[in-house]
Amino acid sequence: MRPVYIAGIGQTPVGEQWERSLRHIAHDAIIPAMRDAQIERADALYVGNMLSGELVGQEHLGALVADFVGLRGIEAYKVEAACGSGAAALRTGYMAVAGGLHDVVIVAGVEKMTDTVGRETTAALAMAADQEYEAAEGVSFVALNALLMRRYMYEYDIPHGAFGYFAVNAHHNAAGNPNAMFPNSITLESYRKATMIADPINLLDSSPICDGAAALVLVSEDYARSVGNGRRPVRIAGSAVATDSLAIHDRRDPLWLDAAFISSRKAYQQAGVSIDDIDLFELHDAFTIMAALSLEANGFAERGRGVRLAEEGEITIEGRVPIATMGGLKARGHPVGATGVYQVLEATLQLQGLAGPNQVENASIAMTQNIGGSGATILTHILVGE
Amino acid sequence: MSVARTWRTRKQRYALVGERCDYCQNAIFPPRDVCPHCAEPAQKEFALSGRGTVYSYTTVFDPPTGFDAFAPYPVALVKLDEGPMVTAQLTDIMPDQVKIGMPVEMVTRKLNEQGDEGIIVYSYKFRPQLQRQALAA
Repeated sequence: MRPVYIAGIGQTPVGEQWERSLRHIAHDAIIPAMRDAQIERADALYVGNMLSGELVGQEHLGALVADFVGLRGIEAYKVEAACGSGAAALRTGYMAVAGGLHDVVIVAGVEKMTDTVGRETTAALAMAADQEYEAAEGVSFVALNALLMRRYMYEYDIPHGAFGYFAVNAHHNAAGNPNAMFPNSITLESYRKATMIADPINLLDSSPICDGAAALVLVSEDYARSVGNGRRPVRIAGSAVATDSLAIHDRRDPLWLDAAFISSRKAYQQAGVSIDDIDLFELHDAFTIMAALSLEANGFAERGRGVRLAEEGEITIEGRVPIATMGGLKARGHPVGATGVYQVLEATLQLQGLAGPNQVENASIAMTQNIGGSGATILTHILVGE
Repeated sequence: MSVARTWRTRKQRYALVGERCDYCQNAIFPPRDVCPHCAEPAQKEFALSGRGTVYSYTTVFDPPTGFDAFAPYPVALVKLDEGPMVTAQLTDIMPDQVKIGMPVEMVTRKLNEQGDEGIIVYSYKFRPQLQRQALAA
């Protein structure tokens, strides 16, 4: 396999973009990424997206977006793996360059979630779960995560308030990210008083519904040498994906993210790194419970100790395992199919020393993890600054 | 759910009909044709008793389309006595009375209505086990 480098990045602010349509926000991320990489053409475009068909009535995003950004004619298609769509598109682009089929590939994650009313969006998000045996019973995606959180609190005897450290950290970091949706600080007190959505999950346990797009230009090693924008080269050193049952009720142990365990072990091995080498971890904190389960399945904390890591301050930018360094899904925002690309873009900024007030000191190895559904598809990437 | 899809899953929704694997003898619900425990074919029908305990629970305050009229309603992961876990609504109980480990049993209840022209969908829900309640009283 050939080494794969990230040669350019582009993103839109995350939020409610009433004046821009799905194709426009894709454009707003892709064109800056192409300029950043100093390219005018690409061999292929892979679009990560989950809900365009359901929420915008538009499928066939590959051709649509390629044409709209001036790339008519190139190979292009949409890649879908629920909330893991963004990293799945990245993985597709990675395989194309690593396998020698293409030298320059654009990966874009794009999601438009605010054209519909809340209940329609809630119903659409539940498509990440088992439609016949989870969603059909009226169980929303938030409720599925609430079932996990309740059981976690019961098994490990952890009070709800302890999860607040994840939300406080995410909001604190979002303040330093000009593209974040919620750059406002919150306190443990406001966390405890937040509106209940599906107990024990409240509003501040949850990532928001929003619009956003992010894009990366991936290139081969030879190409990276020939162009280069003068910044520190960032290599995708590990890329792995694993799956689990779509439904939580079909898992042997609902509190263990097996696909995170498997994909992270593969990615560590491929990159030749151990968990102690990782300087920051952009994890999939769609809900605070997912942050805790991720820290545990990936080996950063023992079972039942993920929340403690947050309580002890280890997840802050100065901590042992900085997470959600630009706000995470919670506070940067979670435009579902775009999230996986935002994570890798933010990790790239960290490795290039461009994370501003949120810079993790001497960051040279970063890990990102994007989760589809309640843990059914989990994609792990390891990035190395050279 | 469409009419055809509701009809296709009638045995599951009305009678919790799953499967039992011929090779490893594990009970399976919902039916899936390949045993998740041993990966052998599993197509022998097997009706579950409908009794189990609450593994976890929550209340849906912000329901998806089609369930507005019922919110807020309690939902649970129910660990059935035969082994499989099922995701379902709870009924005949107030949300604040639900406890992890509580014995529950399956009943047939209206799940939702699909308007004047549409069908009324019935499915399994779970309530506290009546016999146990009577014994306790």
